[in-house]
Amino acid sequence: MTEPLLQVEGLITELGETARPLRVVDGLDLTIRSGETFALLGESGCGKSMAALSLMRLLPPGGRILSGRVRLGGTDLLHLTEAEMRSVRGGRMAMIFQEPQTSLNPVLSVGVQIAEALHVHGEGSDGRNRRRVVELLRAVGIPDPEQRADEYPHQLSGGMKQRVMIAMALAGDPGLLIADEPTTALDVTIQAQVLSLLGDLRRETGMAVLLITHDLGVVAETADRLAVMYAGQIVETATVSEFFAGPAHPYGRMLMESLPSAEKRRGRLATIPGRVPPLDRVFSGCRFADRCASVMPLCRERIPEWIGLGAGRGVRCHLWSEGEASHPGPARNAAEPESGASERPSGSVGEIGSPLLKAVDLKVHFPIQRGLFRRVVGHVRAVDGVSLDLSLGRTLALVGESGCGKTTVGKAILQLIAPTSGQVLYLGRNLAGLGHRAMRPYRKDLQIVFQDPYASMNPRMLVGDVVGEGLQALGIEWTRAVRERRVADLLELVGMDPESARRYPHEFSGGQRQRICIARALAVEPRIIVCDEPTSALDVSVQAQILNLLKDLQSRLGLAYLFITHNISVVSYLAHEVAVMYLGRVVERGGVEEILTDPRHPYTRALLSAVPVVDPEKRRVVIRLEGDMPSPSNPPRGCHFHPRCPEATSRCSEGYPPEVRLGASRYVSCLHLD
Amino acid sequence: MTGTARIRGGGAPGSSRIGFLASRIGSALTMLLGVCTLVFLLIHLVPGDPVEVMLGEGARPADQAALRHALGLDRPVWAQYLDYLARLSRLDLGQSLHAQRPVSDLLAERVGPTAILAVSSLSLAILLAIPLGVLAAQYRGRVVDRAAMTFSMLGAAVPNFWLGPLLILVFSLWLGWTPVSGREGALSLILPTVTLGTGMAAVLARMVRSSVLEVLGEDYVRTARAKGLGPAAVLWRHALRNAWLPVLTLIGLQFGALLGGAVITETVFSWPGLGSLLVEAIQTRDYPLVQGAVLLIALTYLAVNTTTDLLYAAMDPRIRAV
Repeated sequence: MTEPLLQVEGLITELGETARPLRVVDGLDLTIRSGETFALLGESGCGKSMAALSLMRLLPPGGRILSGRVRLGGTDLLHLTEAEMRSVRGGRMAMIFQEPQTSLNPVLSVGVQIAEALHVHGEGSDGRNRRRVVELLRAVGIPDPEQRADEYPHQLSGGMKQRVMIAMALAGDPGLLIADEPTTALDVTIQAQVLSLLGDLRRETGMAVLLITHDLGVVAETADRLAVMYAGQIVETATVSEFFAGPAHPYGRMLMESLPSAEKRRGRLATIPGRVPPLDRVFSGCRFADRCASVMPLCRERIPEWIGLGAGRGVRCHLWSEGEASHPGPARNAAEPESGASERPSGSVGEIGSPLLKAVDLKVHFPIQRGLFRRVVGHVRAVDGVSLDLSLGRTLALVGESGCGKTTVGKAILQLIAPTSGQVLYLGRNLAGLGHRAMRPYRKDLQIVFQDPYASMNPRMLVGDVVGEGLQALGIEWTRAVRERRVADLLELVGMDPESARRYPHEFSGGQRQRICIARALAVEPRIIVCDEPTSALDVSVQAQILNLLKDLQSRLGLAYLFITHNISVVSYLAHEVAVMYLGRVVERGGVEEILTDPRHPYTRALLSAVPVVDPEKRRVVIRLEGDMPSPSNPPRGCHFHPRCPEATSRCSEGYPPEVRLGASRYVSCLHLD
Repeated sequence: MTGTARIRGGGAPGSSRIGFLASRIGSALTMLLGVCTLVFLLIHLVPGDPVEVMLGEGARPADQAALRHALGLDRPVWAQYLDYLARLSRLDLGQSLHAQRPVSDLLAERVGPTAILAVSSLSLAILLAIPLGVLAAQYRGRVVDRAAMTFSMLGAAVPNFWLGPLLILVFSLWLGWTPVSGREGALSLILPTVTLGTGMAAVLARMVRSSVLEVLGEDYVRTARAKGLGPAAVLWRHALRNAWLPVLTLIGLQFGALLGGAVITETVFSWPGLGSLLVEAIQTRDYPLVQGAVLLIALTYLAVNTTTDLLYAAMDPRIRAV
């Protein structure tokens, strides 16, 4: 075994006032060897990022390390002076962050920002640094590095910015790279690019990577070993193959069970009830006990010890203490088979699957205005001819990467944005072009749930008023008492305490807020709900709760969902039909199974291949897409995808390929379908 | 179809630095014409007959007719407008009714003192406010911060008509270090500069502090620290470069206001500036002079704003791309 590169022992970090501190990292032990990728896995609020910032000694104001040892290649980092620590930061140990958008200084060119790191950690002349900057940019796969070095962050795409961050981190030739959710803010095809870049660089330079993530798929694909963190502590360490063969701690197991997938379609997803406990208290038992499916009386009485399971594997759980090791069986609420409700038609309004809404050649173009007189100099073709069908009681997933226009489609269907042309036929009536007044009777039937449950509720309104406002606004229910009763029923329907009506949105967690938003949409008894990435701001265990709820509501109320998402595993679990969008157009649509198992459009194939698989044994072949999605203000001639398409021929640039019907419900826009 | 517009094929969306400059200057010139037109209309917006207002009620009809003719008010409006623009292009702003001298001469005498006072007091404000604000942000919640913010509150709360006489009382009358009023040598500049400068410094320091605090919490500042940069480099290269931007806007506005004449301070110190000239002109109903002064002040604002925009663009690459 190689000498460990990083050794952390008993690290304790606190935040906040000394009188009532939050112990965000509580006794962290960690060993990372040279050249390996070590993943630190956990949901938000588990202390992963604070652990990483503690290693760098870059804690936010008020953060302090109380005790512990952090040894990096023989140096005890906690005993260095601040000046000595500065030469470690960005030198032997570098870090990249989650948000490449905000992590680069907007007023300095990227070349200058990289050169700065070179300057701090070397004594090179300006000319040599400039050459090295270009080398680094080339090494992270940025085209035209000489030219790009002089550009500013806003001129680069998100993926490019993360590459620049990586180049900056490489400047000091680090032995350890800490990557804090490096691909969370990126699209899945860009994520695939960045992850493979990190893997290549690790092999070339021999550096170790500490990968902090909540994404089990990313861990399965990139890491060698991992530690699962929960409420400030590590609850399990294992090699990746051991972990995915069977997590030792119930938390890891429940996380895996709550992931949506095609195999789980028939039943409900397992959920983890409750949330991560606040860290301002002293624990007297296991921190996970309140949410654990395998909880025993002992778990609440005694703090579980760290139990070594041999060869670097270990767990913090009473199930593994003497005599109990045989117990980690299936969890209580693990993937319980559905009680038959999921496919049962509601029967209230028409037949399941009967057509409800049809978008025909929908276009939304935004004018680009310039100059003194706001002259229109072009158009952003956000949506450029999209046709869709929504049916009663069914879910149509609209899939695509950011900027492809999927959210705009949702808003245009609801007439929240006026379509430039095309039709939105709801039960045969064209909604496009209806004025506010004419649209009002239809508002009741068409509702929306937004991505960010934090930003989509007025913080100064009581939850009851948030939910009940639609009833009043659309003149459905004028009597206050009746309305309050309806609101209470609705809250109960989405699994909330009716008493919540008297509280404010900020008193609830993200998952609870999203339930409230769903109750708000349901209040007016809609038939169609546009769900715009409703779970992408949530942790997987909470996501499972929301997905279960949406599925239940659909079967009980016969709702049709237009589910806008970039998350393929959610699609495979929830959707009946799928439409894949690229640069304002649907490139392929059809039934969920045929599209996910046998994608025909090259973009669909690339998109699906880029999704990390939660199974380290299944190494997939990623179809690497070069570059980024072009701007919708100036889409490529012919097929919009052809400049990035691995199968493109000269014919592809001649005209946009017509939609070809393959089978009963499948349509594909590609010239090469053989 | 509504909203259709010509789509310029192949027009490059990203305009260059020169394009940005041209568009800014173009818009400034358009505003200039607008300002001139508004000032021209000023005299026609006066309620009642402007000639009667200027000469007072008891004026003789012959005098009224003479003035009306002198001002060109007896001609059609469009002819007056064209004539006015033609005169403007020769920098002819007409005759002051009261002083019986060209308005441009009167203004020229006052511009210098106003500009000197504006530059000196703004410089003082910047020199005080930036270190204070930066220190307060760096040592947030500590003694330095509290002291700086106390100064800031006092500075903003104390009115110039009180501070000015107080300074005269202490430094001119008791100590005899500076002249009481007027514009006699460099020493006479000190008290009005302090009066104006401290007030502005107070507002500016608060702005600098909050701007620096905001920027220090940004992700890129954390990135800079993660690179291993020292506190000075983090502060100067990363934080201040961004924190400057909103501060610059405020400085531009304050400078514009100062150039328009600090009426109260100029009156307290008998400083022969534009502000006091404008007040006199209004009191004597000297319309040509009012028009000239308003035009000059508006132009100054325009120039300062355009300069601020251009500086902003020089400092923030994101704006150049718009």
